[in-house]
Amino acid sequence: MLATIGKRFMTVIPTLIGVVIVTFLLTRVLPGDPAVYFAGPAATPQSIAEIRKTLGLDRPLPEQFARYVGDLAKGDFGNSLSTGRPVATEITSRLPASAELTLFGLIMSLMIAVPLGIVAAVKQGSWVDHTCRVVATAGVSLPVFFTGLLLVYVFYYLAGWAPAPVGRLDAFATAPPQVTGFYLIDSLIAGDLETFRASLGQLLLPALTLAVFSLAPIARMTRASMLAVLSSDFVRTARASGLKGRTVIITYAFRNAMLPVVTTLGMVFSFLLGANVLVEKVFAWPGIGSYAVEALLQSDFAPVQGFVLTMAVLYVVLNLLIDILYGVIDPRVRLEG
Amino acid sequence: MAGVPLLDVRDLTVEFQTRRGTVTAVRNVDISVAKGETVAIVGESGSGKSVTSYAVMRILDRAGRIAEGSVTFGGIDIRHADEDDMRNLRGREISMIFQNPRAALNPIRKVGRQIEDVLLEHVKATPSEVTDKAVEILDQVKIARPRERYHAYPFELSGGMCQRVVIALALACRPQLLIADEPTTGLDVTTQKTVMDLIVELTRERGMSTILITHDLGLAATYCDRVMVMEKGNVVESATARAVFTEPSHPYTRKLMRATPRPGVSLRDLLPEDASGAASAVTKLPVAAGERKPLLTVEKLVKEYPRKGLEGIGGTVKKLLRRGPVPEPDTFRAVDGISFEIDRGESVGLVGESGCGKSTTSTMIMRLIDKTEGTILFDGEDIGEIPAKAFARLPLRKRIQMVFQDPTDSLNPRFTAARAIADPILRLGDIKGGAAVRARCEELARQVGLPLDLLDRFPHQLSGGQKARVGIARAIALKPDLVILDEPTAALDVSVQAVVLNLLQDLKETLGMSYLFVSHDLNVVRLLCDRVIVMCAGKIVEEGPTERVMSAPEAQYTRDLLAAIPQPKFGRSESESPRRAATS
Amino acid sequence: MSDTATAGAPAISAAPKPPSNSLFAHARHVVSENPVTGLAFVLFGIIVLCAVFGPYVVPHDPLASKTTAALQPPSLEHWFGTDQLGRDIFSRVVVATRLDLFIAVTSVALVFVAGGFAGIAAGYFGGWTDRLVSRLADTIMAFPLFVLAMGIVAALGNTVTNIVIATAIINFPLYVRVARAEANVRREAGFVLAARLSGNGDFRILLGHILPNIMPIMMVQVSLTMGYAILNAAGLSFIGLGVKPPTPEWGIMVAEGAANIISGEWWIAFFPGAALMIAVFCFNLLGDGLRDIVDPQRRT
Repeated sequence: MLATIGKRFMTVIPTLIGVVIVTFLLTRVLPGDPAVYFAGPAATPQSIAEIRKTLGLDRPLPEQFARYVGDLAKGDFGNSLSTGRPVATEITSRLPASAELTLFGLIMSLMIAVPLGIVAAVKQGSWVDHTCRVVATAGVSLPVFFTGLLLVYVFYYLAGWAPAPVGRLDAFATAPPQVTGFYLIDSLIAGDLETFRASLGQLLLPALTLAVFSLAPIARMTRASMLAVLSSDFVRTARASGLKGRTVIITYAFRNAMLPVVTTLGMVFSFLLGANVLVEKVFAWPGIGSYAVEALLQSDFAPVQGFVLTMAVLYVVLNLLIDILYGVIDPRVRLEG
Repeated sequence: MAGVPLLDVRDLTVEFQTRRGTVTAVRNVDISVAKGETVAIVGESGSGKSVTSYAVMRILDRAGRIAEGSVTFGGIDIRHADEDDMRNLRGREISMIFQNPRAALNPIRKVGRQIEDVLLEHVKATPSEVTDKAVEILDQVKIARPRERYHAYPFELSGGMCQRVVIALALACRPQLLIADEPTTGLDVTTQKTVMDLIVELTRERGMSTILITHDLGLAATYCDRVMVMEKGNVVESATARAVFTEPSHPYTRKLMRATPRPGVSLRDLLPEDASGAASAVTKLPVAAGERKPLLTVEKLVKEYPRKGLEGIGGTVKKLLRRGPVPEPDTFRAVDGISFEIDRGESVGLVGESGCGKSTTSTMIMRLIDKTEGTILFDGEDIGEIPAKAFARLPLRKRIQMVFQDPTDSLNPRFTAARAIADPILRLGDIKGGAAVRARCEELARQVGLPLDLLDRFPHQLSGGQKARVGIARAIALKPDLVILDEPTAALDVSVQAVVLNLLQDLKETLGMSYLFVSHDLNVVRLLCDRVIVMCAGKIVEEGPTERVMSAPEAQYTRDLLAAIPQPKFGRSESESPRRAATS
Repeated sequence: MSDTATAGAPAISAAPKPPSNSLFAHARHVVSENPVTGLAFVLFGIIVLCAVFGPYVVPHDPLASKTTAALQPPSLEHWFGTDQLGRDIFSRVVVATRLDLFIAVTSVALVFVAGGFAGIAAGYFGGWTDRLVSRLADTIMAFPLFVLAMGIVAALGNTVTNIVIATAIINFPLYVRVARAEANVRREAGFVLAARLSGNGDFRILLGHILPNIMPIMMVQVSLTMGYAILNAAGLSFIGLGVKPPTPEWGIMVAEGAANIISGEWWIAFFPGAALMIAVFCFNLLGDGLRDIVDPQRRT
């Protein structure tokens, strides 16, 4: 098992190299002068030439690449033009906000989508099944920023249940002492239920927005793979052996049906990490997505590059975890490795 | 048949709701199975034989339902029993074995645990006892090292081994009735025999009743007391195995009976009585040694694959089986230095079980893949030296053609029959112009007995037999010298198989082609071939005139192969085969 | 696949069916049985009409601002209300159809040709072609797709053309995967071997035998990714990339109305958002419907 994980880990390396090359190419090779971007909108020819020199843009490409990799290895993502702060620090301090939002959204979505998909498949043709179909098709069709705004309008403006969409905590609450960076967990550690409730209130709507968005592919895949597994030969064998309905559905059908769902999670993460950017903008969430969007609009490229790289690395790691999880469920992968 | 039967099915009708409306899959079927009796239900695909058994178990899928009739098992009304009672019955009183054993097991659960699941459901036992019991049952189905195999996953076991596990699963709770649905389809003939023998031994020793569902009359007659023949949802004949086998009364049974290849009959005998009357059987004589004109000479042919290519199910099994310190070479020899010849106008059978290298051999001769070593001389020319890619464009390509195993898979779904037949003519033929090509297609269609009005249909609008004819027409379109037949009838029902085999024989006689007939079935090969080559593990183990190999096999492997073919205990009826007594 | 039909289903399909102009009849059958697909076709027609004729028939100039009539709720005069600058939202939503559809159609057409061709070649030839194409697709897939699109547009420059290119690039792996897998299973299919025996070269096998068989599945893919392309482009313009104000475009219009949501002026963001949703919904439904027509067994 460990050897399999190790082997799988090795395959991550070429992907990471590819990711670094692409982020490098995005700045240096594509048309447009990066120095102009880095210099910002108010640059003079002199300042552009100066920046080109300090950035090493006058050197040959391989050398630039070596320097870029060297800087990355030191954890140096460059400095932001607008704030002057190092991008790496900024991203590290904002990452927990994004991570908390994404994970909470995913958990919400899994808790709704998987049971929905299972029931829809087991009771094919029932009202649950039809609901599942509608939710699945509607869910992928809803632009995530539009869902967010609708939820704000309904739950904040009309119903008044949700707090104003102003970030992780409203102005009156103070952040809990940092341990994990997740406010929900940190406030519990500090025993501060007030802050816990406040941060949960802020988190619910954006997380629900993400959940609605990622619900569809998960529910759809769960239903489809449950249906396929339920009509498979081994489920027929299990039924013909007189096993209980629960045993057949959970031990036999569900575990097999989860395999394609776990694979779909990779795609879902890709959607989620992208949707995260939009949700953060709608809810003024102080994560890395809104950081990147602000920088983008100011043509401040270093933060954008750092953001793209961070997201890609995160995503690669998540995919690795998914593969390992797959191996835990499926002995065929484990033993062949 | 005194007393109350164990299973009593009366007037059973099963309907399916489909998108085209209600379809009656089984109509007014009566079955009764006495205690300890073995009954076979025989029929071709779509006859409703499997559906009948699913109805008895009440595991029809959502769309199907029992519309009429009653099913009584040991006094219990199965049609109206509630689901809990049914669950108690399944596995404990009635159990089932399915075809395709690998798919019938949960792929991600250890086989031992799967047996335990059934035991825990039906037998009062603690988890620790249950493990011992599962191992004991694995031992009973003759799985070596049962304690080790308990921890195996289905993909780590061979097909035959998986079927033993399925049998173990079915017999774990000592049920009274076993329903075996095509239990040996897809297994090699030698494995088929061991599996069937095992089923018979275990059920007999426990006094169980068995229903065997099969398409193979020979198998049914060999292992069963009574045989019921189904056609299109109806039972057309029900009698003792001997009666069905020796004096079949219903025309359909007679047709099925005749169509089943078996020792002692000629190709023409397979056709229905009315059709075979006209064509008199030509007794083939072995070609005398002096007049041999080799068309194809294969010498020391070798094909090696890298071990890595053996990944997947088969590869893993192999890896698990090799637990020795002996270092394995990096390559795997699929074909290991074989030599043989095919003469002009001769039919040679290449026989062996799956994985013996017969398909690799034929694909190399076909020049679709490159050999590793050796020579392939075709009409004096060393075609083995021409790379497979280049061969596709050479004029020689015309002279070697092939009929594929699966008629559905081998036709482009987007081409009409005429377009499919015309393809080789357009690419390699010397006929130019639409009308001329069309005329040639029609001529070929007449030759293979394909009605001309079917020429403009797409494959999905044709039946299996019709598709097979299109495939044959395409193969002979360029008047090849050598046609490789790769299990051309394996995907067909026996009655269609009989017709197709006869067609191939007629074509050979009129067009003077040579055949290399690749098959796993000695009984089929025998009908069409002058000579047979038996392959095992990449090597030729026996070669000789068909009659000699069939009647006096020299190699032990050939003897095993022949012995494994199901042979009913009783002789053939007088009316059926007056010419010859059963061979050997 | 065909042998392992559902448990116990009678094998009635073996009987030959009479020939008919099957695709059209089948399409009609699917629509009649699944009215939702019919609805999707109707919606699709409306969207195309809006894109073609929209700019000529709208009641107001989509760019004309009238500060006296700013922030009006929907009324008979302004069906969808007016925005902060007093522009008629209905007109802007209708006119925006052309731009949104243009972005989606061009990017999907681009990736259909590039991704489809690369995928088929990779699946059929294998070897280094496969390694190259797969590595390229994998590298793109290593990024969260929307994030990569952001990076591409940021690097290439903030224009509509670059949104099209970025959308095409992030869809590339999806097309490659489908085309590659479909070509790969058919590469060893009997009919392809038979075509080779008949003297067809690789090129002819690819174009004449494999491509026509893959086409239906690729068309389904087109329909499904069309919705995704629209969403992606709208998302990019929502965060301020690509389309610049005052050009009417759904994503940017939602962004313009976002701030007004918390003060209750819902209509500014709602109508363009709803238009976006309906367009994407329509393409997704069409995709599902097409899948049913192409392959009834794949229904999910």
